[in-house]
Amino acid sequence: MAQIRIENVRKEFGTFTAVESSSFTIEDGEFFMLLGPSGCGKTTTLRMMAGLELPTSGEIYIDGEEVGMKRASERDIAFVFQMFALYPHMNVGKNMSYPLISQGMSKADARKRVLEVAKILGIEGMLNRPVGGLSGGDRQRVALGRAIVREPKAFFMDEPLGALDAEFREHMAEELRALHDRMGATTVYVTHDQLEAMQMGDKIVVMNHGVVEQFGKPQEIYDWPATKFVAAFIGSPAMNFLDFEGSIDNDGNQITLDGNQVEVPTSRDGARGKLALGVRPEHIHFSDKSNYRGKVVASEYLGTNQIITLDTPNGILKARVPSSHTVAAGQNIGLEFDARTLTVFGENGHALRSFANEGVLNNG
Amino acid sequence: MAEVVLNKVTKTFSDTVALDDVSLTIPEGSFVVLLGPTGAGKTTTLRMVSGLDEPDSGEVLIDGKSMKGFAPAQRNVAMVFQQYSLYPHLTVRQNLAFPLKSPLLRTSEADIEEKIKSVSEVLQIAHKLDNKATALSGGEMQRVSIGRALVRSPNIYLMDEPLSSLDAKLRADLRIELKSIQVNFGQTLLYVTHDQIEAMTMATHIGVLDKGKLVQFGPPREIYENPVSIYAASRLGQPRINILPADLFEGSQPKAAHTIGLRPEQITQGTGEDSVVKRVEHLGDQTRLHLQFKQHDIITVTDAHTELQSGDTLKIKPDAPFYFDVDGGRIT
Repeated sequence: MAQIRIENVRKEFGTFTAVESSSFTIEDGEFFMLLGPSGCGKTTTLRMMAGLELPTSGEIYIDGEEVGMKRASERDIAFVFQMFALYPHMNVGKNMSYPLISQGMSKADARKRVLEVAKILGIEGMLNRPVGGLSGGDRQRVALGRAIVREPKAFFMDEPLGALDAEFREHMAEELRALHDRMGATTVYVTHDQLEAMQMGDKIVVMNHGVVEQFGKPQEIYDWPATKFVAAFIGSPAMNFLDFEGSIDNDGNQITLDGNQVEVPTSRDGARGKLALGVRPEHIHFSDKSNYRGKVVASEYLGTNQIITLDTPNGILKARVPSSHTVAAGQNIGLEFDARTLTVFGENGHALRSFANEGVLNNG
Repeated sequence: MAEVVLNKVTKTFSDTVALDDVSLTIPEGSFVVLLGPTGAGKTTTLRMVSGLDEPDSGEVLIDGKSMKGFAPAQRNVAMVFQQYSLYPHLTVRQNLAFPLKSPLLRTSEADIEEKIKSVSEVLQIAHKLDNKATALSGGEMQRVSIGRALVRSPNIYLMDEPLSSLDAKLRADLRIELKSIQVNFGQTLLYVTHDQIEAMTMATHIGVLDKGKLVQFGPPREIYENPVSIYAASRLGQPRINILPADLFEGSQPKAAHTIGLRPEQITQGTGEDSVVKRVEHLGDQTRLHLQFKQHDIITVTDAHTELQSGDTLKIKPDAPFYFDVDGGRIT
């Protein structure tokens, strides 16, 4: 159990800056996601917390104690890598008891502890089996078990489900989260999969090019992205950006798209120039009344709903609508946006503050 | 472009039956996606059409002509595999041009240049044409290998999980591009995947394979809304369909019903019997609810900004559910 605090942590490899000065706090018992594309610095950040890399500058606190110069083995962290890092010549029980025996625990105590953990994971019936013959899921459970037996302060996981196929990954994600809910141990989890992050995380840090772009609760980040990068990275399909040349007043609640007035949440920041209106696919509605129109390029069936790709005067737009709507390619459709949900982005790619998003943006 | 027919094709590898009496018609100009988990027979079906493997019994017909004894090259099919295979000593441009330089095709230099230009733009690799194939990232290499198939005009494109190694954004872009090859250019595709989003969004027809048998074949909407079995119903839908004992809910059910199948939209919220909310997952555009109902786990979806929290009680009721018999076959 531990709170982990990152303060102005920075990492350089030669002339390359892997992580720019970053700060965030992981509360005790949280399931915390480090999310971003490959090369964004998420794994480097995790490795610094674990003590596998030394930060170039900044501090890392675990339970209030500065650990930046402490060795990995002294931080009491359990690391779970991409699957299947098991000792092939040992059976399941031995794989799990190994970390305990090597710490000097008696065989009897280790056996008792392993049995307890095996029960949590539902693998108590296979302790005497060789790991070679196990299914992917069971191997993953054993790897987890080996981390859990040590009762570490925190679990660090680096894309632990990355090698699994989609159906099974979803199942393991649910199982991992349920396990966390039972044990309540602080867990830091690295992934590039935004859905996995949304699904499992209590909080998410979104990173890009070594910079923390945003930090907060999944739904808040989804609703009120701080930058265009976050808006595009979270959500599938991504948030749409309708590019326009124009302005919005401080305290204004309207922008002009191709000659049409569009209502937006009352702005806090005035801006002019090359702006973009950010709108999520599910906040677009088809309406004959609207003069703002788009031409249907493609439709993609997804079961209960479908994704319609439209060509508008301000760029390509993807709308999520019920599958009961029938639309044909080439059709010209009037579009309305859910005013309360919109974000305007400035020229630098940052969201302009409004009455709607300022609460979230001020958080981090 | 051509119609491709598999007629009662069976294939065994030592003691495993990979394909079991599979009959399937791929209409000219269609996009057929074969869906199923590892070992279902998807790739074997593809290899039968390509000529990389021969059936033990049954036959493959392209344009009405039996392919028995025809080598892959003689069938005029274009293949894209999950693992890209490029000529490492050639540039991207040379790799793309290679299939067109076959003496059989006699393509003019100007046509080759034109083809390469349009394909490289579609695949977002136009700026890498003069790079060596080895100086590309994995995703770029895969796009070049897709491109090498696209520059040709074969009878049929055969694709085996071509997008699985690409990142999410690129996968979404390429889904639309691959679909347009069929829609706008009238090409025929046979495509293997275990990604249900790819299957639903691109296919004109989905073939559901289960242990070497073709268990259902039809448009995505038909498979989703009218599955023939629990197995077929479980291939599509996120979150997956809930399969529960038939008599779990109040009210009557068909006599032979062993289980009831409920997709999230087949669960009415607010009326019916009490369930307990175990976990609430905010996914942005929707929220997933993990419910406990009479000792059974149920997953459904609700509004993005629901007030529900874990521990709350929620009344639920089936709405036009599926019923399945003891063997998992659909009853109603």
